Amino acid sequence: MSGTGNIVTRLPFPTAARRELGDEQLRRNLRKATHTIRDKRLRVVGEVPDWEPLRFAGAAIKDDVLARLPFLLEQFEAAATAAGATVHWARDAEEACAVVADLVRATGTAEVVKVKSMATQEIGLNEALAAVGINAVETDLAELIVQLADDTPSHILVPAIHYNRTQIRDIFARRMPGVDVDALTDDPPALAEAARRHLRARFLSTKVGISGANFAIADSGTLAVVESEGNGRMCLTLPETLISVVGIEKLLPTFRDLEVFLQLLPRSSTGERMNPYTSLWTGVTPGDGPQTVHIVLVDNGRTDTLADPVGRQALRCIRCSACLNVCPVYERVGGHAYGSVYPGPIGAILSPQMSGEGANRTLPYASTLCGACFDACPVRIDIPQVLVHLRQSGVDAARGRPSAERTAMRTMSFVMRDRRRYAAALRAARRGAAPLRMVAGRRGAIRHLPWPLSAWTSSRDAPLPAKQTFREWWTREHSS
Amino acid sequence: MRIALFVTCVNDLMFPDTGKAVVTVLERLGHEVEFPLDQTCCGQMHANSGYREEALPLVANFVKTFSEYDAIVAPSASCVAMVRESYPRLAPSAELSSVAGRTYELSEFLVDELGVTDVGARFPHTVTYHPTCHGLRMLRLGDRPRRLLEAVEGLTLTPLEGAEECCGFGGTFALKNPGVSGAMLADKCTAIRTTGAEFLAAADNSCLTHIGGGLSRGDAPVTPIHYAQILAAQ
Ligand code: SF4
Repeated sequence: MSGTGNIVTRLPFPTAARRELGDEQLRRNLRKATHTIRDKRLRVVGEVPDWEPLRFAGAAIKDDVLARLPFLLEQFEAAATAAGATVHWARDAEEACAVVADLVRATGTAEVVKVKSMATQEIGLNEALAAVGINAVETDLAELIVQLADDTPSHILVPAIHYNRTQIRDIFARRMPGVDVDALTDDPPALAEAARRHLRARFLSTKVGISGANFAIADSGTLAVVESEGNGRMCLTLPETLISVVGIEKLLPTFRDLEVFLQLLPRSSTGERMNPYTSLWTGVTPGDGPQTVHIVLVDNGRTDTLADPVGRQALRCIRCSACLNVCPVYERVGGHAYGSVYPGPIGAILSPQMSGEGANRTLPYASTLCGACFDACPVRIDIPQVLVHLRQSGVDAARGRPSAERTAMRTMSFVMRDRRRYAAALRAARRGAAPLRMVAGRRGAIRHLPWPLSAWTSSRDAPLPAKQTFREWWTREHSS
Repeated sequence: MRIALFVTCVNDLMFPDTGKAVVTVLERLGHEVEFPLDQTCCGQMHANSGYREEALPLVANFVKTFSEYDAIVAPSASCVAMVRESYPRLAPSAELSSVAGRTYELSEFLVDELGVTDVGARFPHTVTYHPTCHGLRMLRLGDRPRRLLEAVEGLTLTPLEGAEECCGFGGTFALKNPGVSGAMLADKCTAIRTTGAEFLAAADNSCLTHIGGGLSRGDAPVTPIHYAQILAAQ
């Protein structure tokens, strides 16, 4: 069953990218932010002597999870249930939202506090709750900024990465209820303090908390959230009811496996040696923390992704966002160009797989295959390999339909598989270019070419074929 | 040892001097180079754009053409990466893997197989080096090209800021996403201009064409050059 919700792109990537490229401020903000995290990450990764073995271990544990997912899910359900939690299953975004909305309604509350969670972003939970009259308050600072701005997140870890602090100050001044506008500066501590005041009242009065989970441990039924601010911990412990929305690939077989990921994740994501807050909870503890705990396990296209032997490695992803921070394409266009809650390199392979054939077709082409993402990925997802694989499936699926590109590729393949045809084509190209030499600028470069090569000359000159091909030279040299 | 030159289609048509440079360098080191005329294209553009079916005949032609050689040397990191990394995935077979294992990028062949870093070249100019993505991350060329360049008499190598960042070429990416590609190129050109070098060297003429196109658009006095041509200079 294909996934639904906020993973389906509305605009083709090149169109959306063009729109974002026009925003100079955005590009400056992104460059600064991604380079800062990138450098920090490199430093702390460099401190770990066994980083490469750790990456292999992380990949192996996740591959094991994917290989026996049904068994581990049942084990998790049994353990969580035994610990007092109620486990629900959802096939897609709509089903997941409906389950959560019903659970919240049953408590009689109209407001919930939320821990930052990709799964709830993916299923569009806030919008679904709003539709039934429930107000969901984001408590993660960056997520709160995006929510107040009526915007969508543009980065997995730093949803508001596309704003600088002056812009954030303006958003708070305009949209935060009860904020002291005159006292508010764009100093990060001042901004954090304003958010803290705004949220504290919510934490203490709200009866339902909603979270995701970074890891779900199969043998104990434990969920884990790692975070930097501590807001998550408030949401996880103060409300009476806790609802956790978890993708089915988040499993780890045993508690011991956490050891590997608690090293890989913080260093890859925030460049911290250890994340400041790690919360673990297993069902209900009488008299302490939430007394009603629900876990909603979401498929939403993951089973489909699992069915593809090459593409399934995308499900190893632990959402650290290291691949976004090193991606030169993401750095230029930001997260919104990808149209899905999963932007950047991982989004380019995950979104099309989760949403199924058809949608998101342009995303696998949103990469130069430079390979920086693969090197950065803590669980060794070979993103370039999957990109090419998805391009291939797209091309194969469209075999019946005529296209200029396919005709060109076919023709070239036909010409290039035979030495005589190939040599003749080179000769023809060389001769055909001869008149162009007259109009070429100095260095023999061409400034304007007709469509479709105008895409090239829009920002760079084009070279001309040489006066003599290499094989012509070789043949002449070696003919005597 | 029978050494074959795989010149690559781009070099054959656009940059024959790069192919000639490889011949010059290897002959100067006392090796004979053969150029099997049956060679055409490695199929990289087809395969990377998703046209597997169209790439396969080119893969077959490559294997047939080069199967009898001990070493296949090419002045293109991305084409060697295609042969070594992607061929075994496209069409796994023992013959294919064996040819893939005998295909070398020039610097690998010189440094690892022949054990040479000083190839007896002279090039009295300032040069900055851009390690192209496939050379950097697929072939892991490391500092091999730099070591070769540093041994060239008279050459001054200047550091390039953000050297490891992609120039935005990416084959059909430059045509499918011209805006993003252009933005990446602009940053790369700025970094190159700031070095003040006379030449920009790299191991891939396709990337050099892209960067060179951007530099010439901005009228920067930097000449793109394949590092093999520097090694051939005397
Ligand atoms: S693909 Fe790898 S690098 Fe990217 S977010 Fe997922 S785990 Fe992190």
